[in-house]
Amino acid sequence: MTDATTAGADVGPVTTLATPISLDFDFTPGVAQSRFLKALATGTFVGQRCPVCTKVYVPSRGTCPTDGVATTEEVVLSNSGTVTTFCVVNVPFAGQSIEIPYICAQILLDGANVSFMGLIQEIPTDQIRMGLRVEAVWVDDADLTPSLASIKYFRPNGETDAPYESYEEYL
Amino acid sequence: MAERCAVIGVGQTHHKAKRDDVSIAGMVREAAKMALADADLTWSDIDAVVIGKAPDMFEGNMMPELYLAPALGAVGKPMIRVHTAGSVGGSTALVAAHLVKSGRHKRVLTVAYEKQSDSDAMWALSVPQPFAAPLLAGAGGYFAPVIRAYMRRAGAPDHIGRMVAVKDRLNALRNPYAHLHLPDIDMAMVEESIMLWEPLRYLESCPSSDGAAAMVLAAEDAISGSNPPAWIHGTAMRSEPTIFAGRDQVNPRAGRECAADVYAQAGITNPREQFDCAEVYVPFSWYEPMWLENLGFCEQGDGWKLTESGATAFDGDIPWNCSGGVLSSNPIGASGMLRFLEVAMQVRGQAGEHQVDGAKLALGQAYGGGAQFFSMWVVGSEKP
Repeated sequence: MTDATTAGADVGPVTTLATPISLDFDFTPGVAQSRFLKALATGTFVGQRCPVCTKVYVPSRGTCPTDGVATTEEVVLSNSGTVTTFCVVNVPFAGQSIEIPYICAQILLDGANVSFMGLIQEIPTDQIRMGLRVEAVWVDDADLTPSLASIKYFRPNGETDAPYESYEEYL
Repeated sequence: MAERCAVIGVGQTHHKAKRDDVSIAGMVREAAKMALADADLTWSDIDAVVIGKAPDMFEGNMMPELYLAPALGAVGKPMIRVHTAGSVGGSTALVAAHLVKSGRHKRVLTVAYEKQSDSDAMWALSVPQPFAAPLLAGAGGYFAPVIRAYMRRAGAPDHIGRMVAVKDRLNALRNPYAHLHLPDIDMAMVEESIMLWEPLRYLESCPSSDGAAAMVLAAEDAISGSNPPAWIHGTAMRSEPTIFAGRDQVNPRAGRECAADVYAQAGITNPREQFDCAEVYVPFSWYEPMWLENLGFCEQGDGWKLTESGATAFDGDIPWNCSGGVLSSNPIGASGMLRFLEVAMQVRGQAGEHQVDGAKLALGQAYGGGAQFFSMWVVGSEKP
């Protein structure tokens, strides 16, 4: 690095310049995701069922990706689900908001037909396993908002592990 | 009846962590000039340019093809940009091939690149979104759970991933263009490397590279250069949504159907038997056994056994990634094109120390995104 007061000194050509980068954007969730997000503000998971294949999507984007039809029937889902698979993240990166190592799991909520990614806590990282039964832990009622920030994390719910066959098709 | 199309020129940079001696424009031009020289052509001989790279947010240059046109001799000529995430290098080559096969152009230059040292791919792949928890830690965080699911489903033992990590790095020692040259690589070194995304260790993951790849594709009546052409026997692309109920992430349907399509065009009924080698997109070690199954080189659940037997090693009966593969060089946008380019080099007999003796027919494959984009081609030394 060269001090600005040494202007005129031979500092050589400028070959690279590191600059901070940020990205702000407005997100318009649309009708289907608004329902999901508004339900989060009440501490519940709401999915939608496809009228053709009857599969339940959470969060729903408002259409079934397989059948290409609108999903309008709302389904209130359980607060519990099954860890289908997972990894333990031990790599730091710019913008990371969770202390490493942490467990990033695919969670299949009871009653849903697609899994989503969730943070698992209250279990040591060497005891996490496929089939573990977990439940969502929500923030205090006063802090609930229409966003995934309303879920603090998932934790073991004390039930017996789900058998592999029960979630095999969701891997 | 489509025109016959062949690869008549290939070029690539020496892939490395940081090319601070060139800009992106200088880097793509370096690969393109090498491909033109190989084909014994000049910029004015090229009819059109097809370029690809991974998402623009990586380097923060939006629509970089616009400012790269002069560096690639594309001013006043048709130029097409292709976007299919990590598979883009493959899809870019396929778009170029289709421009020739359709009879639209005689000679097309195709280029793909990434300058990871100008970018932060981990950040770009982990941007918080309001409908998803901020958990994703780059591509490894996405694919590690899928790998765990494969291991469970196939009953695969832990050491298979380490075997692939060692095999591909040993191959890279034969390739002067590879980014990683680790002469001391062995199972213990991989096992001792840091666990990044359990079950994936540092040395079971691809590096971050700066690099570019380029090819000249030509119609049968426009063949030039002193190296023999690599004839294209089949091309296929498929995609599928990242999320749908019943999606098999371990063995994606889009990959199976893409393989079936390209095999039908090239007359492949037994890939392990008929191909002399393959270059397949394996950014994390376990994707070798997974893609062995997805591409039909063995029965379901047997991919890890094929790897374990040594069949995919340089001296095996079906060598995979003789160049060192994505595990040894990962300029993301170019990584797919390098797979396609490397098999062209093999059937042209120009792969040097990583040449498979007498290679006549080979498969190039690339995948991208959440394993939802697939592109493949089959090239051969004989006319289709």
